[in-house]
Amino acid sequence: MEATKYTISMLVEDKAGVLNRVASLFRRRGFNIQSLAVGGSEQLGLSRMTVVVLADPAQVEQVRKQLDKLINVVKVVDLTNDDMVARELALIKVAATSSTRSEIMQIVDIFRANIVDVGSDSLMVEVTGDEEKVNSLFELLRRFGIKEVVRTGRVALTRGAVATRTDNKKKGG
Amino acid sequence: MKKTGAQILCESLVKEGVEVIFGILGGAILPIYDTLSQYPQLRHILVRHEQGAAHAADAYARVTHKVGVCMATSGPGAANLVTGIANAYMDSSPVVAITGQVARPFIGRDAFQETDITGITLPITKHNYLISSAGELAETVKEAFYIARTGRSGPVHIDIPRDVQTEEAEFVYPAKVNLPGYKPVFQGHPAQIRKAARLINSAKQPLIIAGRGVIMSQAYAELRELAEKAQIPVVNTLLGLSSFPRNHVLSFGMIGMHGMAYANMAVQDTDLIISIGMRFDDRATAITGEFAPKARIIHIDIDPAEIGKNVRVDVPIVGDVKNVLGVLNKEVNVNTHSEWLATLNKWQGEHPSLEIREGEEVLPQYIIRQIYEATQGDALVVTGVGQNQMWAAQYFPFIKPDSFVSSGGLGTMGFELPAAMGAKVGRPDEMVWCVAGDGGFQMTIQELATIAAENIGVKIAIINNGYLGMVRQWQELFYERRYAHTKLWNPDFLKVAEAYEIPAVRVRRRDEVVSAIYKAMDYDGPFLIDFVVEPEEGVYPMVPPGKSLSETMELPKPKKVSKRKPKTLARS
Repeated sequence: MEATKYTISMLVEDKAGVLNRVASLFRRRGFNIQSLAVGGSEQLGLSRMTVVVLADPAQVEQVRKQLDKLINVVKVVDLTNDDMVARELALIKVAATSSTRSEIMQIVDIFRANIVDVGSDSLMVEVTGDEEKVNSLFELLRRFGIKEVVRTGRVALTRGAVATRTDNKKKGG
Repeated sequence: MKKTGAQILCESLVKEGVEVIFGILGGAILPIYDTLSQYPQLRHILVRHEQGAAHAADAYARVTHKVGVCMATSGPGAANLVTGIANAYMDSSPVVAITGQVARPFIGRDAFQETDITGITLPITKHNYLISSAGELAETVKEAFYIARTGRSGPVHIDIPRDVQTEEAEFVYPAKVNLPGYKPVFQGHPAQIRKAARLINSAKQPLIIAGRGVIMSQAYAELRELAEKAQIPVVNTLLGLSSFPRNHVLSFGMIGMHGMAYANMAVQDTDLIISIGMRFDDRATAITGEFAPKARIIHIDIDPAEIGKNVRVDVPIVGDVKNVLGVLNKEVNVNTHSEWLATLNKWQGEHPSLEIREGEEVLPQYIIRQIYEATQGDALVVTGVGQNQMWAAQYFPFIKPDSFVSSGGLGTMGFELPAAMGAKVGRPDEMVWCVAGDGGFQMTIQELATIAAENIGVKIAIINNGYLGMVRQWQELFYERRYAHTKLWNPDFLKVAEAYEIPAVRVRRRDEVVSAIYKAMDYDGPFLIDFVVEPEEGVYPMVPPGKSLSETMELPKPKKVSKRKPKTLARS
């Protein structure tokens, strides 16, 4: 079975060691994490994690069920086939001279990205979008000389009605 | 009212109905032990090694269907529990392990006897806790016991820093738990159950594979009703032994690597498997690619993550076995399956799989059969791991519900002695036979002291072949009889027993076996028998590793006639 990228969204209790439990599970079961993003959710005491895994369909079902077995994981949803909005954010520090600066700024404009810091020989670009958008901007800026990059990993939500709520939860084990 | 952390723990254990704790103390758990002595309703059994505490609590939990409790100090004490916790995890045994930790200000500073034990037990527990204040202790104990015993049961670990044990907090035992992320499913989905019933009603050659889930859910009557109503033959996994009486006409014994040939044949020929409370372990299925090639599979299990994990499943039913079978039985039609049963009986006649050779030598198979005869099956059999375990599984026909305790998933040598101890403490009125290997016995031999000190009346049968026998058998079959490091130098087990003040006899001839067994049973207290058996006896049938159940070898390969001593680097 061919491995594809799956986007899994989780609500987890905001308790010490939860990230460790999730990461440990991936390691132990031999699942492959592409990216992982964690932050607060709309509910007090719960955080939302977005994990991108490289897996085949049978594996991703196992991932989902094994994550659901963790006591501190309140809800797990596979968003891959849902109508979702997926974004990541990148900060790109690119080398800039007086002769290249305006060209860089034009590219940044086209991507609706922002210059968030200006140095004597560099610019810091902040870009938000799906992975492809971030990748293409990165490729375009590469020829100017990229000094440093940091990317958040994917965060995602389904469009319309809320999917990752804590109700209707069914789990066992 | 304010109480110390140690008092809160003890009060909470009392509230949870704990009667026995297996443990051994040290610096970081001293405040708890100091308080424990003020709670006489909590019987503490002092073991001689923490692994023994965990195995004893595990076996106690299995035979009582209550939560077993073990306790240890920080660092090495906690680390020594690990094998036992892993064992309980693999076999879904409800155990709460409590460890002392260095005081909070010392955590993370590599203090004396500090170890990150919650980090270590994370992947081998259902859940674990590092307590940060006395105020959260009561709630945590409540949660730990609830998580351990509900759903797919399993071990839960609580790590308590020393200064939390002396810290004071208000004690209120919560009435219920608040676990938004934990909602086990108990009732099977009605539509799935109907689907399963339709498959069962139309199957020509159905087969039930009953696992330990039947025992954990105490669904013996429901299983029997299903089998009898629709006349469906029943086979068992290793840990499913004693879920269905072996003397029942519908019982066809154990499947798997050392299963009965006819049971394995049934699996390979059936058109519908009804697997109940089992997880398709590789020792039961052999290679999964060729497992039950003609069968559709109904899988009843309480853990949704087990569905489809190892084999494809046609109708999954997530729920408690007893509940699911209760509903399913109503929808299953009366049936006869006489042709299918006749086929299985014919196979059983042609491939008896069990054979005890005539002769003078002491054969392990004969010993097990004689223990059965002497007890008439009215005994709890606790085994080690390896040949002794397989012979016990094969040659003791388990007719009494819930009478077999063994380390299945982890395969922990040394489980037998402390587990037998825990089982006897759990069911003091029953005859408990500990079937040990001479190798495994020495891995936890120190618990003889606990057994002697507490006068725990287990009957110990050492199947002493002077080898790490199962490994030797693999070397014989797959490594051209190169017996690297499997030959054992053993102490004189009678002298060992004598040192521990446990009466013992040695058996070297077959005609001494029965009288030794009766001598052990007649003695009021622990007793040890050193059975010196045929050293190179093998366990058969056997499915070679990497093969399918269709390739079950029934009888030992004829041994090459060789007078040469097997090569070995070990002492002889």
